This record gives sequence, C-alpha cells and structure tokens, in this order.
Amino acid sequence: MTQTPTIHFGAAEDPIEAMFDRGWSDGLPLVPPTPERVSQMLAGTERSPDEVVATVAPDLVECTVEKVAVNAVMAGCRPEYLPVVLTAVEAACTDEFNIHGVLATTMSVGPIIIVNGPIRKRIGMNSGGNVLGQGNRANMTIGRALQLVIRNVGGGRPGEVDQATLGSPSKLSFCFAEDEEGSPWESLSQERGFSADASTVTLFAGEGPRVIVDQLSRKPESLAKSLAACLMTTGHPKMALAFDTILVVSPEHAARYTGWSKQQLREELQKHLMVDVGRLPSTAIGITTEDKAETKQLPKFRKDGLIIVHAGGTAGLFSSAICGWASGPSGSQHITREIKS
Amino acid sequence: MTLEVLDPTGGEAPAMRQPLPRPASLKGKTVGLLDISKPRGDVFLNHLEEQLNDQGIRTIRFAKPTFTKPAPVDLRQEIASQCDAVIEALAD
Repeated sequence: MTQTPTIHFGAAEDPIEAMFDRGWSDGLPLVPPTPERVSQMLAGTERSPDEVVATVAPDLVECTVEKVAVNAVMAGCRPEYLPVVLTAVEAACTDEFNIHGVLATTMSVGPIIIVNGPIRKRIGMNSGGNVLGQGNRANMTIGRALQLVIRNVGGGRPGEVDQATLGSPSKLSFCFAEDEEGSPWESLSQERGFSADASTVTLFAGEGPRVIVDQLSRKPESLAKSLAACLMTTGHPKMALAFDTILVVSPEHAARYTGWSKQQLREELQKHLMVDVGRLPSTAIGITTEDKAETKQLPKFRKDGLIIVHAGGTAGLFSSAICGWASGPSGSQHITREIKS
Repeated sequence: MTLEVLDPTGGEAPAMRQPLPRPASLKGKTVGLLDISKPRGDVFLNHLEEQLNDQGIRTIRFAKPTFTKPAPVDLRQEIASQCDAVIEALAD
C-alpha cells in the first residue's frame, strides 16, 4: 500500500527513544508512525497517498500526501485534521510564503496557521478561551505536523539551515481558529473573498503573541488609541512599513466596536499608527530615500499589513499582537488557501 | 517483537559541495562582491571594493533581489562565469 520505506525498531528498543535518536523529533515525544496509524490517517483525505503536495525547503524534496500523513501521525493529529495539515504544507511551500526564508532567518518567527470556516467546528478546534494557549489537540498538533514536515522532509533543523538567534514558541506549533460566530465582523477568510461555507487556512510568518492590556477604555476611539500604541512597538517603535502584524481582538474588546465595521476600526487605528520620518533610523527596512524626502510621516504597516481577527474567551479586556517578519514580496506574504477534502 | 514504522524523512541526503580552494593570491583575479540586500551591505562592500581596487584587483558588483531567499540560479551562474572569487556581504 505504501510508497514510503519502512523501518523496523529492534525488540529491545524503546520506539519513543528510537525516534529521538533518529533526529525526527522537535524535542517532544512522537507517536510511532506504524503502517496501521498512517493508513488510518490517510482515511482523513480523499487525496491519493502518492499525490505530490509540495516541494519542501530547504532541501527541495517532493512531499507526498502519505509523507505528510506519516508526520501528522507523529505530531499526534487525528485523521480529520489531515486536510488542514495538507493545505498548510501546500501554502507554506509557495514562493509567496517563502518557508525557506522563514526557517532560515535569524529572527524569531515560524509559520502561524489561522483556520476559518466550518472545518473549525467539525474537527473541534478552539477559538475561545485560551485560544493561543495549550489544551486543544487540533490547535496543538496541526501546527506541529507542519513543522515536522519541514524538519523531516525538508531537512530544516535548528543550528543547520535554521539560524534563529532566539527562536520562538511559534516555531514549535502555532495554530488557532477564528471565533466567527461571536465576531462583530466578517471573518478573515470572508474578507479575502472566500464564502462562509469555505474552510481555509491563512499562513503568517510570525513571533509569539504579546498581550495588549486595556481595562479602562469605554469608548471605541479610546481603545483604538491603546491598541495602536502597543502595535507601534512591534519590531521597533521607529520601524515603518516593515513587519506585518496580526491583531487578535478578544470578545470584550470587540464589544466596544458594536456597529463598527472592521474597516472602520482599521482606519481608526491607522490615525494613530503613523511613524515620524524624523525618528526613523536611516536604514529602516522599507524606507527609501525618496520616501523620506517626500513624506513627513509613514504608516507603521503597509497596505494589508494589519490582519484583524476575533478570538478568545468571553471574559477579559485584552487583545493580542503577533508581530511578523520581513513582509511582502521581498520576504513572506501571508496567504489564504481553501482546504480541500 | 519489533515495531515497524514508516520513514518520515525525505529519504534523500542533499548534495554537499565543497568550496573551491582559496586562491593563494588575488593578483590578476576578478573578485565578485555580492550584496545580499540587507541594510548597510553597500557600505561594507564599498569599503572592501576600495581596498581591493587600491591593490589593483578587479571587482564586479552583484546583488541578490532579496536577502530572504536563496540567490537565483542565473545570478550564481553569472558570478561563477565572471569571477575567480566572491565575497558575500551580510551587513546590518
């Protein structure tokens, strides 16, 4: 049934230790990918096991559906998660997303997966309390499966092509679902032209989340000032047009924006997200001499560089900012792909 | 009892190439100066170019389109065909 070579661990070998010894692990124990488990995993997709999903950097190795399934088993996924993992692998390995650069950079970024659409509920993903934290199998293992594919199939390992100075928990697994039902706004995928019936993954090269605390603002304009003040510090307060950012707005903060469209919020934030050119270091990424000559202020984020999603528990006046990496065509572009069954 | 598992790896060892031996001298050689397009890479390479040119060594400047991706094959071939050695500037 399988194109993939098999390996026999010896009778005296502990399979968990044997997998560590072979360098397959990200540092946590793995589920042994037995033929039975991989076969069950493959039942989660209608796609043929020998279909090539992507060419995985950095070694540029062609990766089949079955090879993704092997790594998804090891990550702890259930079969119904596999379509999400496959789409995430496809998206990560595009020239736009540039997983090679995201992996190799000295910056602390990893591929972050945001899931939208009906599949969120179908596979039991968390979009509510502790959405960016631990405790949900789908959230935790889908991101891990993508990283294991990059490590094991692509050959991307820390200290080798991965040259991260500090790294980040987002390099282990960072996957969450948007709370669409409780949101005052259209979802991220709808904003990007997909129907409400479509399930999608959006990939974003980013760091870990940082909390934004504002428990005092009662007016939407006041809260927008707080959110913007914190967003200004992503990367560096003097940097403009450099790193795209995700703003995760929690339900209690979102409640301040009843009657506001997402675009209205974005425009309100934008008023407070202008960087004085005089404060810019001469070599700030994205700033050309021409820009400096003609503009007194530049926006913190490029057009489409601030992603707003709704997620989190229903109690707590917090939001979260997730700072990105070198953004746009010269670095990594966040992309949204529809999940196929 | 043994346990059978499927190989999760790409199963291929990437080709490792050794760099060419360093030239004993740069006299009469052409040196490529490759800017990876990070801030201040040009400052560093300008300084090196001046020093090399002062010693009568010919230099040719190249630049990657972006520091975030590997150099395109065409650029690598262009450097290989025109230069005896290359200095790559990371900068920052």
